[in-house]
Amino acid sequence: MKLSTKHLLGIKDLSKEDINLILSTAEQFKEVLQRPVKKVPSLRDITIVNLFYENSTRTRMSFELAEKRLSADVLNFAASSSSAAKGETLLDTVNNILSMKVDMVVMRHSASGAPHFLAKHIPAAIVNAGDGINEHPTQALLDAFSMKEKLGRIEGLKVAIIGDIMHSRVALSNLYLLKKMGAEVLVVGPPTLIPTYIGEALGVRVTYNLQEALKWCDVANVLRIQLERQNQPLFSSLREYNLAYGIKRSNLDSLGKEIVIMHPGPINRGVELDSDVADGKSSIILNQVENGVAVRMAVLYLLAGRDDNQ
Amino acid sequence: MKTILSEQQIALTVKRLAHQIVENNQGLIDTVIIGLQPRGVFLSDRIVDELKQMTPALPIKYGKLDITFYRDDVRKALHIANATEIPFSIEGKKVVLIDDVLYTGRTIRAALDALLDFGRPSKVSLCVLIDRRFSRELPIQPDFSGKAIDTIVSDKVKVNWAETAEKDEVVIV
Repeated sequence: MKLSTKHLLGIKDLSKEDINLILSTAEQFKEVLQRPVKKVPSLRDITIVNLFYENSTRTRMSFELAEKRLSADVLNFAASSSSAAKGETLLDTVNNILSMKVDMVVMRHSASGAPHFLAKHIPAAIVNAGDGINEHPTQALLDAFSMKEKLGRIEGLKVAIIGDIMHSRVALSNLYLLKKMGAEVLVVGPPTLIPTYIGEALGVRVTYNLQEALKWCDVANVLRIQLERQNQPLFSSLREYNLAYGIKRSNLDSLGKEIVIMHPGPINRGVELDSDVADGKSSIILNQVENGVAVRMAVLYLLAGRDDNQ
Repeated sequence: MKTILSEQQIALTVKRLAHQIVENNQGLIDTVIIGLQPRGVFLSDRIVDELKQMTPALPIKYGKLDITFYRDDVRKALHIANATEIPFSIEGKKVVLIDDVLYTGRTIRAALDALLDFGRPSKVSLCVLIDRRFSRELPIQPDFSGKAIDTIVSDKVKVNWAETAEKDEVVIV
């Protein structure tokens, strides 16, 4: 058994079997992370470069830790402190790095499709760590892993994705994954932040009413408002957004049931999530971060171990 | 196809191996049993059942170890991991590793690396059902062996277990 793809560019390209293989392998890595020595020698002869053209705390540290726990050699690249600032093209930068015998590229870029472009031109395996407003596949995989860990299944779950659907690569990757795994999905947000034809295009339900969504769902995956990607105002103020779509303790208390709260981070406290919800007992936000390392170990292990790498 | 061990013979061999383990570990004091995933566990399950009957007063510490992430051939072939369950400390303990067939010795090499990541045992010994003693690629030998066979490399030794086949049986294909 192996993955059907050479790269992890997006959830869109994965089959249900691929997703199950990654999740079950991640379970074994999660056990490794509980051991006295939290490290295995699997990727001892593999070199990985983390190519970050966009800022990141969680994802970059999570990938770096996953690589180190697998005993890979790790190179870090941040665009702001490199020759990219002198005008070197993406392809030139990567070819220069690969000529130093690097096996895998983990890449984040603000342009949608940047890793897909690289995959056509270089021989190394590529893992997309977020490209523009397209996909963030490892986030969707760790979200799925965390949901499954908390609730025991993904199939048949009712998941509400709440907030800035328009600019969120986390939302798109989650939508693809949840549909493939047989969950029901509802997207919620102000009309200006939900793409017009998303319902027809991806087979999801759309609502503009937060409370209706919370009543319906088992899991609320709350997204960050991405002000850096909005070049025109799409709602009047953060305060107004919080009043209409921010999740507060009172929203949850009136439901009469427990729902699971997730957030990919970083949280804008007091905007999409109030602090007592983000830190409350229904929140699995820090479990998501913990699981991220195991899931990324699984992805790197499965891509490095494809036998056509020879 | 030639039968090397029948169902009855395997049952006797399992009993003998269990007795040898008790005899060589002072009645299992400070001893833990670890079966190797996936197929060594079928043998270790049977041996642990015997041990429980022999020393009913003593709770037996029994774990399962998967060595997939410690293999030396990641680039040659992808292996899918099984569960590792070692819910106790092995620090200072006498560990008995159990696998079904000892062949090249590479699995045991990986198992020793994996085991040491859980702590520092005072001693590790190895128990196998079948020892293909002329096919070793590393200097590793069993302490307790069900049956040694002198096959050539091209022979295929198959251990069937009732959990996945009709019955317990060892054959040469």
